[in-house]
Amino acid sequence: MKLSKRIFAGLATASLAVTVTACGGSDSSGNFDDTVTVGILHSLSGTMAISESTLVDTEKMAIEEINAAGGVTVDGKSYKIEYIVEDGASDWPTFAEKSKKLIDQDGVPVVFGGWTSASRKAMLPVYESKDAFLYYPIQYEAQECSNNIFYTGATPNQQSEPATDFMYKRSPAAGGDFFLVGSDYVFPRTSNTITKAQVKQLGGKVVGEDYLPLGNTEVAPIISKIKVALPDGGIIVNTLNGDQNVAFFKQIQDAGITPSNGYYVMNYSIAEEEISTIGPEFLEGHYGAWNYMMSIDTPASKKFAKSFKKRWGSDRVVADPQESAYNMVYLWKQAVEDAGTFDDNAVREALVGQTFDAPQGPVEVMANHHLSQTVRIGEINAEGGFTILEETGVVEPQAWNQKHPSSKGYACDWTDPKKGEKYRM
Amino acid sequence: MQLILESLFNGVAIGSVLLVAALGLAIVFGLMGVINLAHGELMMLGAYSTYITQLIFKQVSFLKPFYDSYVIVAIGIAFLVSGTVGILLERTVIRRLYGSPLETLLATWGVSLILQQFVRSVPLAYASGLVIALFFGLFTPLFISDDLLHGAKGKLIRACTWGFSALLGVATGGVLSSLVSKLSRASARNVDVTAPSWMRGGIDFVGITFPKTRLLIILITLISVLVVIFFLDKTAWGMRIRAVTQNRPMSDCLGISTETVDIITFGIGSGLAGVAGVAVSLLGSVGPNVGGNYIVGCFMVVVLGGVGNLLGTILASFSIGIMTDLIGAGRLLTIWPDMPSPLYSTIDFFATTSMARVMIFALIVIFLQFKPTGMFPQKGRMVES
Repeated sequence: MKLSKRIFAGLATASLAVTVTACGGSDSSGNFDDTVTVGILHSLSGTMAISESTLVDTEKMAIEEINAAGGVTVDGKSYKIEYIVEDGASDWPTFAEKSKKLIDQDGVPVVFGGWTSASRKAMLPVYESKDAFLYYPIQYEAQECSNNIFYTGATPNQQSEPATDFMYKRSPAAGGDFFLVGSDYVFPRTSNTITKAQVKQLGGKVVGEDYLPLGNTEVAPIISKIKVALPDGGIIVNTLNGDQNVAFFKQIQDAGITPSNGYYVMNYSIAEEEISTIGPEFLEGHYGAWNYMMSIDTPASKKFAKSFKKRWGSDRVVADPQESAYNMVYLWKQAVEDAGTFDDNAVREALVGQTFDAPQGPVEVMANHHLSQTVRIGEINAEGGFTILEETGVVEPQAWNQKHPSSKGYACDWTDPKKGEKYRM
Repeated sequence: MQLILESLFNGVAIGSVLLVAALGLAIVFGLMGVINLAHGELMMLGAYSTYITQLIFKQVSFLKPFYDSYVIVAIGIAFLVSGTVGILLERTVIRRLYGSPLETLLATWGVSLILQQFVRSVPLAYASGLVIALFFGLFTPLFISDDLLHGAKGKLIRACTWGFSALLGVATGGVLSSLVSKLSRASARNVDVTAPSWMRGGIDFVGITFPKTRLLIILITLISVLVVIFFLDKTAWGMRIRAVTQNRPMSDCLGISTETVDIITFGIGSGLAGVAGVAVSLLGSVGPNVGGNYIVGCFMVVVLGGVGNLLGTILASFSIGIMTDLIGAGRLLTIWPDMPSPLYSTIDFFATTSMARVMIFALIVIFLQFKPTGMFPQKGRMVES
């Protein structure tokens, strides 16, 4: 009994120590009236660490910028933002557990976190049951609309739909047949269901579809299928994940599936960060669709890239997920200042309708807790960036996709208590 | 005809990746009975060796003209690197666990985790330095006359060789990290091996494109298999290895140094894993987890072929390769488009990469129900049985 008590005390001290050391931010100077601590929850170890750590860097940078500009002002008092970084360890139950810890133990008013859909699905019940608030920055498959999550990434109608339209109507392979390739999990399958419906509406044809189990890099059977289905070139829509892209692009190039032979690949998971890993020599001439691309030639975009490089090293790049992460920190700050309190329910109300001059251009928070944003189609160039070919106007987000058979005709509106998560339009 | 040829080539291409990866395991697991879960990580070391060799050829001025041939050099280096680490693994861990498969399994799994984290958190330049220090430390005593290695003087000489090797390792690490900046920082990011230009693209023949990297992998596999067969069948050490495999106590009685045989066998098996790493690096990206993707496939091939039988391993990998292509790429549907519709939809259902794997595993399970010892079970009385 005594021993276990002692162990428990030891553990408590240890966890306290960890929390204290995990508290970041510079030393509190006397310019602020008070401090507020927010939670940052991404994977810092395991397979997702490479991608998710870039978001932690960006969020830290945004917080430092806000602090340097005087922090958050609530009710005439200025608050300095401090943060607690927790490691989700690329393990989905850990995300839920750490969320509980951040909400209950640390009492943070907001958590910025997540990358994979699996991690978000694991965290969702925690935030709903505790009525807390999660800000999630990644482009995803939608078909979800929680009152306790704010999504700053693109929904399919803000990424894949304009991209499919471009490929079918205006790309060099316009009018060609489609072949869909993806990793075997929820995002590619949902995204491809939407693409199939859209291609059918446009009058095109999807001649094949295949999914590679996560971790598998043997793409030879998929290449054979592509060659049978598209003997003379066509459009390939790629939603493969991470390293599988390397195997895919290396091997399709060897097999003669290249832009010069009439095959054009549209990618939804390849941003600047991934291009440098795969190698631009394998990707040149293929396409990508994002809200933010580093090559956007506006002062806001250049400033974002410049400050990130200045803060974290000149060899670093910024990409769409990072820009989303950056925006959500600023939008939270604005909503808190408008609400005049850190209380979740008031902030939630104040959040809808917030606008922000993001690096990608103006964004606005809509009633369904998603962002209206600009969509860009880019061609990958030899320097490892995108040459932007087209830009849509501001596209409103659809939490429930209007081309997916299961959600057609539904929408989400959290400002009207009668409508809520899913109502028929 | 064209279709059959293409399908056959694809099958052989997939099969040869499996075979080259499983060949080392066929020796370690098949001949020695060691369940080495770190086999995949030895492959990973081979893949990283390719990456490092490529960078050195790119950066060092007097090697630049030979850049196109770096892959061939990398094969040799990868063999030595993985072989050295394998021998260290055998000497420190596995040697103490012969005859207890469960403990070996757990210990080697632990080693595999250590190796994965090692390449994540140690700068590659210093990792190479460490391997070089190990290499010279382990092998220099073999070239020193036995008389010098006895007694107090021997101890001193041994200590000197290790000290010298350590210095050499530190020097290599320092030189590499100053020469190639990419190697001087630890990074968990996956890296990329780019094949030289002569290996990119494909060869068009009778209307089929044969990717050159695939052809090279088939060639590497073929040469590795031939060398292994020659070594096991025609050389004295090969004969000793086979003797120890068949009956360890009897071989020991007859004056074969079973310990040396263990070291050589394990070293060769691990070295072959390194060669497989070169092949794998040409197909995909190189990262800490690259080996883990292949380890299950390797065990599957060895078990299906019959433990302890090289011919079985070869046949098993090619049959799995051809099946993967036949089922996964939906060849049957192309060959026989107007088959009855229930059959058509069944085959169509399995004609995706995910489902093809399910199907192949199911077929292997069924096969092993009828032949639990694989295609070519070992004949004769085994010591264990």
